[in-house]
Amino acid sequence: MSTLREQIQNVIDNEPVALFMKGTPQLVMCGNSDRALRALLEAGAPVAAVDILPDPRIRQELAEISGWPTIPQVFVKGELIGGADITEELHASGELRRKLDEALGADREQTVTTVPLALAPVS
Amino acid sequence: MATETIQALLHEAFPEAESVDVLDRTGGGDHFHVTVVSPRFGGLPLIDQHRLVNAALAGPLADGTIHELRITTRGTT
Repeated sequence: MSTLREQIQNVIDNEPVALFMKGTPQLVMCGNSDRALRALLEAGAPVAAVDILPDPRIRQELAEISGWPTIPQVFVKGELIGGADITEELHASGELRRKLDEALGADREQTVTTVPLALAPVS
Repeated sequence: MATETIQALLHEAFPEAESVDVLDRTGGGDHFHVTVVSPRFGGLPLIDQHRLVNAALAGPLADGTIHELRITTRGTT
């Protein structure tokens, strides 16, 4: 089994739009995760969501990879866009949609998935 | 208490700022909305602006003093 760090990096590298959030798109557990998710959906983004709540190590590893201390975190094509405030701001100005069009094409499919991580037992 | 600490950290990190506002969103002393207006943000990508604010507040973010942080930044030129 690949390490947690590798799994997180894999999501960031391979998902067109990765959203690390508290909860899932079906059951959002935090207002800020909800703000980021809404902005992405309204901008027509496909979303691959990772719930960071099941294990504190997810959040810890993610912060070390991204250098970003808070949740949610949005990545487009492997690049950190920011948290809820930036995602909302970029959506309000129309820049988020432009960025998505540029990165993923304007006729993209909008699917929303939750990506589970395989967690090794705490040793 | 935490509001003043955060305000002080931001003033320290952004001595050139035109304004630094810290709002305790819930009154509970751990959900904050900070707004920093500084010429240093002019022309800087939004993500780098927020990175500077996050860096200034790394201490209280790491030790859990700040449970939730909203950031608004504006550049002046």
